Amino acid sequence: MNTRLKAHAVKGWLWQGGVALAVAALFYWLSHNLSTNLAARGMEIDFGFLAQRAGFDIPFRLVAWDGSYPYGWALYVSGVNTLFASALIIVLASLLGLALALMRLSGNPLAAGTSRTIVEVVRNTPQLTQIVFFYIAVLQVLPPMRQSITWFGSMFLNVRGLYVPAPSGTAYDAILAATCAVVVLAAVFWRRLGWHEVPRLVVLPPVLVLGAIIAGVTANWDYPSLKGFNFTGGTRVPPELLALVLGIGVYTSVFIAEIIRAAIQGIHRGQGEAARSLGLSSSQAMFLVILPQALRILIPPLTSQYLNIIKSTTLGAAIAYPEVLQIFARTVLNQSGRAVEVMTLVLGVFLAVNLLASAAMNVWNRRLALQGR
Amino acid sequence: MRGMMDLLRRGAASALAGGVVALLAASVAHAQLAPPPGPTVEAIKKRGVLNCGIDTGVPGFASQDSSGKWKGIDIDYCRALAAAVLGDPDKIKYTSTTAAARFTVLQSGEIDVLIRDSTLTFIRSTSLGLDEVAINFYAGQGFLVRKALGVTKAADLQGATICTVTGATLELNIADFARSTGAKIGTLLFDKAEEAIAAMEAGRCDGYTDDSGSLAGMRSTLKVPGDWMVLPDLISKEPLGLHIRSGDARWQKIVFWLDTALKTAEEFGVTQANADQLKATSKDPFVLRLLGAEGDFGKMLGLDNDWSYRAIKASGNYGEMYDRHWGPKALDLPRGLNNLWNKGGMHYTLPLR
Repeated sequence: MNTRLKAHAVKGWLWQGGVALAVAALFYWLSHNLSTNLAARGMEIDFGFLAQRAGFDIPFRLVAWDGSYPYGWALYVSGVNTLFASALIIVLASLLGLALALMRLSGNPLAAGTSRTIVEVVRNTPQLTQIVFFYIAVLQVLPPMRQSITWFGSMFLNVRGLYVPAPSGTAYDAILAATCAVVVLAAVFWRRLGWHEVPRLVVLPPVLVLGAIIAGVTANWDYPSLKGFNFTGGTRVPPELLALVLGIGVYTSVFIAEIIRAAIQGIHRGQGEAARSLGLSSSQAMFLVILPQALRILIPPLTSQYLNIIKSTTLGAAIAYPEVLQIFARTVLNQSGRAVEVMTLVLGVFLAVNLLASAAMNVWNRRLALQGR
Repeated sequence: MRGMMDLLRRGAASALAGGVVALLAASVAHAQLAPPPGPTVEAIKKRGVLNCGIDTGVPGFASQDSSGKWKGIDIDYCRALAAAVLGDPDKIKYTSTTAAARFTVLQSGEIDVLIRDSTLTFIRSTSLGLDEVAINFYAGQGFLVRKALGVTKAADLQGATICTVTGATLELNIADFARSTGAKIGTLLFDKAEEAIAAMEAGRCDGYTDDSGSLAGMRSTLKVPGDWMVLPDLISKEPLGLHIRSGDARWQKIVFWLDTALKTAEEFGVTQANADQLKATSKDPFVLRLLGAEGDFGKMLGLDNDWSYRAIKASGNYGEMYDRHWGPKALDLPRGLNNLWNKGGMHYTLPLR
């Protein structure tokens, strides 16, 4: 091997080592600084508070909670709320973004102008302002409780939220969980099971719906009814969730629309012309030829938008949506006084969720990438 | 080969140098970032400015008027403290702190004292590294509700939803109250009072909860204040007061005795207006000590003897401050517990002798 090359490699390693050492020293200094300063104030790092009784109410939750549960469980409850809102927002923002992009590219001046106006208005105003605007707007539109909009005598919509019957029961839980597990596993191992000919999208959704119906039939249904100040029984979709989903969903959708538009315009015009000359209609050309190729371009920037959505759900704290930041980094931090521990956990949760989401998007990206032949 | 050895040596040297520099920088920076060894007062005098932590905007405690000037009883305390220590009530840098960030801001040394309608509690005293020096407002957690609900006491709130802000002990108090009375009260938590109030006015919740002092202030900002009432009963004790960082005994004494001086002034009838005259003519030894005409009380605190005279000249006595912000011409909250001990209240001060 050439001596100069070797020397170059050694030098490179030494530089890397030096940098690693400096980074390690920086982290050592930061943690040392933290522990000395904490010690100087008679405080120490201790996660024991997670097992203590929380004692506060969480107004919207998808998993069990009351005041007797410990602080640690509050992180789980609020984490589920964060993920739930994120999932809804990602679906809304993607669909709305696609619609806006297609409108813009449709060639119809009315549709294109509308899309352009929405994009410019939404992306040039602050996100938090939009969320608060949606919240107040939603609250203003909904009727007071005693004048609820009623459907089938068992669903009620008013300023406090949408009240719907709630299913419960051990058989219900088990059937639903089993169906979901089967569907997810089947989707993942579809090819390995040798079912190449049958498209997943045709088979799996009906299986899921069927499972849900069987679960629903076996469940005990709890119906909402007006008692005193509030409806009791059933379950409630709060207006905060609606406002948060609309607020972040609409905001992000315009960025996604621009990403999709850029990706579609990045596909060579010849592709569309070739598709048309083969006799495909313009929508067939779009959905069968252009969009599949555009996906390759748009997934990396789309991933960033999805990660932004997950982080933006923390803005829900402004409008009383009980997500991680509000419940854990506000209430729990204040009640326990454990700022360092609580903030470390919150950062850890968001880091973990975002790394997982980004890993999933990378897998999708790799599948779609052009295979070298 | 020699060339390579040379490079190797140089590379090793540079890596070593890099590591040493990083470590050196780390130790130097550490020395700089550690809390100042000297007492807080010396730092304030050197800086020439008192760093006072206050609320973000609650009428009565700390809020900005139309010209952007801070007003409120907490502001008056800051001014009195600056006058006592620096001789000028305007040499203050106000830092607005949210409920969630206030103690961290104090712990980190960004402010010298936190006067921000904050409740003195066990946890804050023991595990946050703070000293709870004095109480400047006796409050309790109360409820602001729509009159049309027909609720007359807190126990009637069974099944109600109450809006409030996060970062305080408000939601825990409600949960404790509900648990002890068997009632079920829901809470809806907002980052800021503005959104909570907007949601309440839109009917999203049945009422708003906060310290009784803040409620009176909030009610005055509603669209139709007459539609709303503050329930008479309180579900918690909220002694609001002055916090400092633990570990500076001298600063603790100055803040404590400043609060005492302001209340003693009211007890002995010393006001902003008559302080000069009383200093020359009074025969009462307590008044003379308070105004620095007799004894060496200021010097014993490490200040000069006119410290409390200047504080009274800057903000008036405790009763004057209360009247200015909570009296009949302002937010109109009866003094109740906030009266002096000999007038049926709770403010009982240690004697100046």
